[in-house]
Amino acid sequence: MRHRHLPPTLILLALVLAACGGNASSGGAAGPALDPSLPFQGALALGPVDAALAAEGEALFGTRCSACHKLDERYVGPALRGVTERRDPAWVMNMILAPDKMIQVDPDAQALFAEYGVPMTNQNLTEAEARALVEYLHQTAAPQTASDS
Amino acid sequence: MKRYQPLLLALAVVLALGTTFVACRSTGSTGDAAASYVAPGEYDAFYAFMSGGFNGQLSVYGLPSGRLFRVIPVFSQDPEKGYGYSEETRAMLMTSHGFVPWDDAHHPELSMTDGVPDGRWIFINGNNTPRVARIDLATMNTAEILEIPNSSGNHASPFVTPNSEYVVASTRFSVPIPNRDVPLDSLGAALDGTISFIRADEPGRMDIAFQILMPGFSYDLAHAGKGPSDGWAFFTTYNTERATTLLEVNASRNDKDFIAAVNWRRAEECVAGGAGRQVPGEYYHNYVDERHVAVSEVRDGVRMITPADCPDMVYFLPTPKSPHGVDVDPTGEYIVGGGKLATVIPVHSFSRMLTAIEEGAFETTVDGIPVLRYEAVLHGEVENPGLGPLHTEFDGRGYAYTSAFLSSEIVKWHVERTEVVDRIPVYYSIGHLMIPGGDSRQPWGQYVVALNKITKDRYLPTGPELTQSAQLIDITGDRMRMVLDFPTIGEPHYAQALPAELIRDRQVQIYEITENRNPHAARNEGEARVERDGNTVHVYMTAIRSHFAPDNIEGIRVGDEVYFHLTNLEQDWDVPHGFAIMGMENAELLVMPGETRTVRWRPQRAGIFPFYCTDFCSALHQEMSGYVRVSPAGSNVPLAFGTGAIARDDHDADNPAGGAGSAPADADADAGAPR
Repeated sequence: MRHRHLPPTLILLALVLAACGGNASSGGAAGPALDPSLPFQGALALGPVDAALAAEGEALFGTRCSACHKLDERYVGPALRGVTERRDPAWVMNMILAPDKMIQVDPDAQALFAEYGVPMTNQNLTEAEARALVEYLHQTAAPQTASDS
Repeated sequence: MKRYQPLLLALAVVLALGTTFVACRSTGSTGDAAASYVAPGEYDAFYAFMSGGFNGQLSVYGLPSGRLFRVIPVFSQDPEKGYGYSEETRAMLMTSHGFVPWDDAHHPELSMTDGVPDGRWIFINGNNTPRVARIDLATMNTAEILEIPNSSGNHASPFVTPNSEYVVASTRFSVPIPNRDVPLDSLGAALDGTISFIRADEPGRMDIAFQILMPGFSYDLAHAGKGPSDGWAFFTTYNTERATTLLEVNASRNDKDFIAAVNWRRAEECVAGGAGRQVPGEYYHNYVDERHVAVSEVRDGVRMITPADCPDMVYFLPTPKSPHGVDVDPTGEYIVGGGKLATVIPVHSFSRMLTAIEEGAFETTVDGIPVLRYEAVLHGEVENPGLGPLHTEFDGRGYAYTSAFLSSEIVKWHVERTEVVDRIPVYYSIGHLMIPGGDSRQPWGQYVVALNKITKDRYLPTGPELTQSAQLIDITGDRMRMVLDFPTIGEPHYAQALPAELIRDRQVQIYEITENRNPHAARNEGEARVERDGNTVHVYMTAIRSHFAPDNIEGIRVGDEVYFHLTNLEQDWDVPHGFAIMGMENAELLVMPGETRTVRWRPQRAGIFPFYCTDFCSALHQEMSGYVRVSPAGSNVPLAFGTGAIARDDHDADNPAGGAGSAPADADADAGAPR
């Protein structure tokens, strides 16, 4: 967090970015093998919305995410409505749980970092909390709210 | 003086031979880099808490490395942390004398369970405006400060009883009680002393349990009994002459002063039985409540008992030459007095004291307090203990270590045999010394730390004012071995240390944002807002890497009183955010993850005022800034604010409206675009 940690971090990032340039995408629903250093391993299939879980996620979204993400507008980070349709839910889990790790190992996360210029903040969420957030984001993708995308 | 002379000689040589300065200094300089080396990324074995003396704070070091980790603000304002400046902390420094932003902090004392430091809290005294503070060791923050009424010069404080039932306080500078206007030429006869017992085992609820009205001596240091002597506390006295001027001469006339032995369990019985009386005395109790906001309670009146109200409560043990420290060995049997001007260390025996009391072995009474016969309570005198023995700590293996101020040395002696077995020079003018747990029932006797008042030629000089120092000495062998010497922040009077594992893993990392109960918190960015109430403006602001919300505010006018209530939304360890705005007549805010802090700002002129995050937080820390527009007094610029775009209520044609916290102007094109 402090100044003295920055240069090595940036150097590492630069190296990682250089080394990984042009790698095939690991995103998308196909879900190729996850980097073993990521906290969420395995597949996550989203079914019918669990409303209670989504409500839990919505509350967390308000306290932990909304300072940087809106649903329908670009803010500090991307608009998130429907993100679970566009990305592998397991990828979303890892982005929530370990954004700092993701920009080191995941080409899609690196591309987002390059575009937005702001490294996503690790908000210290548990896997259960991340899962609730994913359920909420899944709910936001429901057809009745998709008119503006 | 014999040991003193070589030291003076050595110094003279140093001064005379400028060119051989280094060579001369190196003689007698020993050390053991390997023994104090803690490799990068490794942890120290002990936490050490050293008083900051006249900086009023408490410093946290690691041992054996001597690395400084933190300075905990206690009795003094600390602009680095906003302590005593922010609206949430100012109340901590309130007293019956008003807002007192400084004190002289002397003696840290760890809370104990069964006579052993337990790592819950550490207490420290404020000597000047009598106060005792409790610091929570899970947050390393001051949690509570209690003012001591009917007191002055709170030096013999805040030593704890074996289960932290009480911490003590007393008058090093006796005064008339109740304090009143007395002609100074008749002051001696009007002086009173008090010894206070402060209930300390319930966090947030410290209070004066009772005070004992004592003769108007100077009550200097204290330690509670333990084991067989649990239930007693011992206080040194000097100036039994009750001098009020030129004390360096007039307070040193008596051959012996006293150690006061106070049976606090007996005092409890007397108080419970209704002894004594309620006396007036306004005092403040300041504590951090469940909202993380410091609040003050003003209390008035304490229960005061006198030795006459409660027979068998107080006895005097004659002790040579203005005794300073009083230290009880781990077994609880031996009570060691340190005499500033003494040539021996007297060691009293608790069991002999009880026998002497039983047999009525009194030589006189002073103000109704029985004075026991010196020979009847003495276990022995340590001969040749160095000049000016002050304080004693114990290693748990039967040895005691006494600091000698005048001869700048630590003397090791066998408690049972009262025989000196080793000595080591220290540099220079040692006051207290400290062994981890060395005043408890179970010392961790690996090191003794010398706490030195004067460093003279030990470090690169820094103008007229030179640092104080600590020196780490290994005591695991037969001979003491100097390992390391390091400068300290402020004057380390006393210190305490304990194994790191007792507190390391209990450190609070963040405060849960959802549990933030500060009345001015904005728990998410949606709650960020600005509200005007007459000339008072409240800015409910959030911070997260790497922006404030709102970060643009206008409609502030000269003459307004603006309160920035900053909530740190981070939920990750070691991510505080700071806040400062140009021209602020105040200190920065430093806000921990999940916490809210408030600072007042009174803009003095119209213009644009940048504000920014002062604690490096992220790669885009420098971008974490914003602007406040200040308009002249009486102007009618409407209040408006936002982040990314500013929200205005008036739909001004040349200021197109956006939502508070809505997207940046260039974001419309890709709003909602797939990512």
